[in-house]
Amino acid sequence: MIFELIPTTLRMATPLGFAALGGIYSERAGVINLALEGMMLIGAFGYVVGTQVSGSTWIGLLVGMSFGFLCALLHAVATITFRAEQIVTGIAINILALGITEFLVPTPEQVGGLPQWKFPFIGAYSFLVYLLPILVIVSHILLFKTPWGLRLCAAGESVEALATMSLSRTKWQYLGVLLSGVLAAVGGCFLASEVHYFTKGMTAGRGYLALAAVIFGNWRPLSGISACCLFGFATALELANRWEVPVQLLNSLPYILTMVVLAGFVGRSRPPASLGKIDG
Amino acid sequence: MNIQKALASLLRDRTPQIKNLFVNYCLPPLLALSGFFLLCGIVLQIRRQSPLEFYSIIFVSAFSSLDDFGYVLFNATPLIFTGLAVAIAYKSGLFNIGCEGQLYVGAFAAAWIGIHLNLPGFLLIPLCIGSAVIAGAAWGAIPGFLKARYGAHEVINTIMMNFVAFALMNYLVTSVYQEPGQMIPQTPQIYEAAQLPRLASLFPILPPSNPLNLSFLFACGCAICCYIFLTYTRWGYELRLLGNAPDVAAYGGINPQTVTIWVMALSGAVAGLAGVAEVLGYRYRFLDNFSSGWGFTGIAVALLGRNNPFGILVAAVLFGLLNKVALDIEILLEIRRGLFLAGQGVLIIWLVCMEGVSRRKN
Repeated sequence: MIFELIPTTLRMATPLGFAALGGIYSERAGVINLALEGMMLIGAFGYVVGTQVSGSTWIGLLVGMSFGFLCALLHAVATITFRAEQIVTGIAINILALGITEFLVPTPEQVGGLPQWKFPFIGAYSFLVYLLPILVIVSHILLFKTPWGLRLCAAGESVEALATMSLSRTKWQYLGVLLSGVLAAVGGCFLASEVHYFTKGMTAGRGYLALAAVIFGNWRPLSGISACCLFGFATALELANRWEVPVQLLNSLPYILTMVVLAGFVGRSRPPASLGKIDG
Repeated sequence: MNIQKALASLLRDRTPQIKNLFVNYCLPPLLALSGFFLLCGIVLQIRRQSPLEFYSIIFVSAFSSLDDFGYVLFNATPLIFTGLAVAIAYKSGLFNIGCEGQLYVGAFAAAWIGIHLNLPGFLLIPLCIGSAVIAGAAWGAIPGFLKARYGAHEVINTIMMNFVAFALMNYLVTSVYQEPGQMIPQTPQIYEAAQLPRLASLFPILPPSNPLNLSFLFACGCAICCYIFLTYTRWGYELRLLGNAPDVAAYGGINPQTVTIWVMALSGAVAGLAGVAEVLGYRYRFLDNFSSGWGFTGIAVALLGRNNPFGILVAAVLFGLLNKVALDIEILLEIRRGLFLAGQGVLIIWLVCMEGVSRRKN
């Protein structure tokens, strides 16, 4: 019974997982990223357009990632160089991405999916599904066990620590935001490759859900991905819909849980100390 | 002679003030808007469509008749409310990203009263408005309380509350209060007594088909009230002080927790009024997903209006105009509305960047 839900859970959790991982990099570096939604959307758009033009899904993935990179570059330039309000910029990028993709909406021509890898007992999934756990573990080690990651975290935690090592906060913040854009765009590419089309506003709030997963997972990759799996499972339950529970309740469960965790009723979610602070 | 002298001295003394007002309040939005139209023109030139035709249609679509301008004001109505809601919260240093959810909750509360109570209009309309205010305020106060009591960031919580509101509204309107015999997720119509009259019925210069209604005047009144509240009352002062100098506010005996809760409630209440405008003024029922992102556009409106209630009025009319133009352009030139949405995004980013740069200079 539960096993039947695993494929859907994985398919739902993977795009969230990539975006959430992106969100972790950005927020660990101290930049609030509400633009995950827009970055995913533009990634999905890039995948479909790139694949349609070149005929290769690999090129599509690359185009999607570069679109996400450009989106992130815009966020980074605005928030880090021009010190714009991070929350407003993030929402503006979401509006921008929604607008551009509607304006230039690609022809409704079906595109191929990303290559699938088949394993005994597990089944056939897009290779991104297998890549995600590896990336999560690598990110965990990178962020918390290497000097590189500690410096990135210092950009969001303690600006003084960076300053004593005479390191530039700007550089690390740029790195975090740009990484987040590329990763969120990969999430969008996965989404588009699963449904084979691009439709207006197809991410439908998944970027915000990924953000919820970041908070739910206390800004840590391993817990973040667990949160994504939990949220994906809730969606799978909702789609299977064999119970008398209203689907809307399952639908809103991730958001309610995130609020509960953020308030500290169950466990405690603590953001990086200098998150969103413009001057440190 | 005397008057001339007085006038001259008045102007002389005010020159730096006027200049300051112009540089800080008018110049950035004007620059942003011209940039927006320039950008649209460039995009059209690239697509080999005539930018000149585009510019002329903008004027024709918005100002060619009173009817057209009525539509502009009609589009502006919900944006005035959401813009004010965002600005109230922003003035106290809080971000209310949850206007979208609050306006749905408010709209549903108003519709619920309007469907269930068969009372004369002078009782029913205030009851509908009151219920929307309470519902919106409650939806806003929850993130406010979580921020004040547990330190949970209000941005995240308002976003989460949005999605909870969407789900709740969807449930109510598809499972409990759906109009019988209808496939559309909407409630039955509210009683006629609760329906706000169209301005066309009061001022016959507008054609009867024009949807502009009393809620627009109500929105203007709300902006004036907000201005008076923020500028001249004790609470408004506390709110602004908390936003400008939280340390001073705490030293002055203002309890930041209490203020946070009521500011978010007030902001939610004003956002709820946007829902009232739609339900009592136009649709006469609650329809699922009726808002096209007004809560988020409210952020842009507040930003363009520099968080000043009168500035917000102007900005909301401008956005109302953009929405109207976008619709006409889509029909006449076959340019998708997304162009205007994208332009809105660029405009917001441009404005916050300018704000950020000026903050660094100071």
